[in-house]
Amino acid sequence: MARNEQARHAGESGSGFTVGVLALQGGFERHRGCLERLGVRVRLVRTPADLQAIDALVIPGGESTAMLTLAGDRGLDALRRFVRERPTFGTCAGAILLARAVDDPPQPAVGALDISIRRNAYGRQPQSSIRLGMLGDSPLEMVFIRAPRIERVGPGVEVLAREGGDPVLVRQGHVMAATFHPELGDDTRVHQIFLETARNPFIDRLSARQA
Amino acid sequence: MMSDVPPDRPSAPYRRPLDPVSSMRLKTGLAEMLKGGVIMDVTTAAQAVIAERAGAAAVMALERVPSQIRAEGGVARMAAPARIREIMNAVSIPVMAKCRIGHFAEAQVLQELGVDYIDESEVLTPADEFNHVDKHVFNVPFVCGARDLGEALRRIAEGAALIRTKGEAGTGDVVHAVKHLRQVFGAMRQLTVLDGEELSSKAKELGAPYELVRLVAETGKLPVPNFCAGGIATPADAALVMQLGAEAVFVGSGIFMATATEQAAPEDAARRARAIVLATTHFADARILLEICEGAPGAMRGIAVSTLAAEELLQTRGV
Repeated sequence: MARNEQARHAGESGSGFTVGVLALQGGFERHRGCLERLGVRVRLVRTPADLQAIDALVIPGGESTAMLTLAGDRGLDALRRFVRERPTFGTCAGAILLARAVDDPPQPAVGALDISIRRNAYGRQPQSSIRLGMLGDSPLEMVFIRAPRIERVGPGVEVLAREGGDPVLVRQGHVMAATFHPELGDDTRVHQIFLETARNPFIDRLSARQA
Repeated sequence: MMSDVPPDRPSAPYRRPLDPVSSMRLKTGLAEMLKGGVIMDVTTAAQAVIAERAGAAAVMALERVPSQIRAEGGVARMAAPARIREIMNAVSIPVMAKCRIGHFAEAQVLQELGVDYIDESEVLTPADEFNHVDKHVFNVPFVCGARDLGEALRRIAEGAALIRTKGEAGTGDVVHAVKHLRQVFGAMRQLTVLDGEELSSKAKELGAPYELVRLVAETGKLPVPNFCAGGIATPADAALVMQLGAEAVFVGSGIFMATATEQAAPEDAARRARAIVLATTHFADARILLEICEGAPGAMRGIAVSTLAAEELLQTRGV
């Protein structure tokens, strides 16, 4: 914990804060580009040891089944420990990995976010779409690719963005998840919200830990 | 434009559903999600399940894998829709299917079926000796093979959202996968040092649209993701092509075949599949790669590409 606080402090002074992007498989390149444009140091994460060198983590889209196989039991345990302690943001498959419950089919997950999520809920690639949702009070273009749908949101979970009534960006303590792909657009607002969350020393990390 | 289309060709339902830019973003978007992954050829639902459990990022539904097509001959066509549907129902990962080069009606059928990607593939017997499918008018994204930068840019101009280097499918010999990756990357590096006048004549030489050539010269990379296929048979093969710049790999005959015509035992196929998946992720870490290679069963026997006659090559179809 002390080490973590030190790293966080270094981040506030503008140096040393490193965001990892899980690069087992999936859309990690575009997340890296997005974070680097925002001036953040990025490190690709492929092994449990890589998690030691980062202050926050992004889990990209891709195939959640492939990521689970690649992580293995040991990797999934390392992820669980990491997410309890440090800020994590999952998009699409990443959101599936962070959820409490997964459907279609049911599969293991980190379980750090009190949501239930259904895989490929909108259909296959022909049903992928770009839609206009609302981030708080302002419109945001959202890219959905074989997207999951959040079907239940627990009491401790904030809904930060919606599209057509569905929650599509949620946050619980220092854990955030989106069912769309903010990394595939030019708008960096969602990544900025994550970085603000990650760098906020007062964020309620207890809620996620109890979950 | 529309007047070129014979009145009974049902093109209307396949006209651009979105503006071309948005459509291309969704198509390349799915390819982005496949990066660092392995796309495996499968011929049955059971094989698809083995592939998914081993960590495949997607599967390619086929009637016969390339080594069987090569050995048995005959006309190789799009797989039967019932077979593809069975595979789509068996797994939760994306399902791709192949259509013959230029066979837009097979592509229409595959789009209607709802596959996630179409591979307009030289592995099947070409349906048109001169033209590829106009991929812009489809909703479903297309991947196409290429041996060099000119081919890659021609396919992108036709609407391909993903390029895979061709290699020589069905051989288990990685030599041409390497050759084609080096050709594409070498030519891209060269473009970045040319001046305006030279770019124009280079575009002519490549047989590719000037605008795309200029874009590659500016960025040093293709405007769509760039995967590798054709002859990858071992975890070390996968690591090799990833280090050469491939962003993901297609493995065809290398997983489910023991020889050109005989299938591998399912448990061997599962172990091979997993080993290649792991090697594609950890391609840059030799320590992990050694562990993976030690745990992997033997590869398919294969055919050395250098022993094939020119007319036996699949890669020269549809350039």
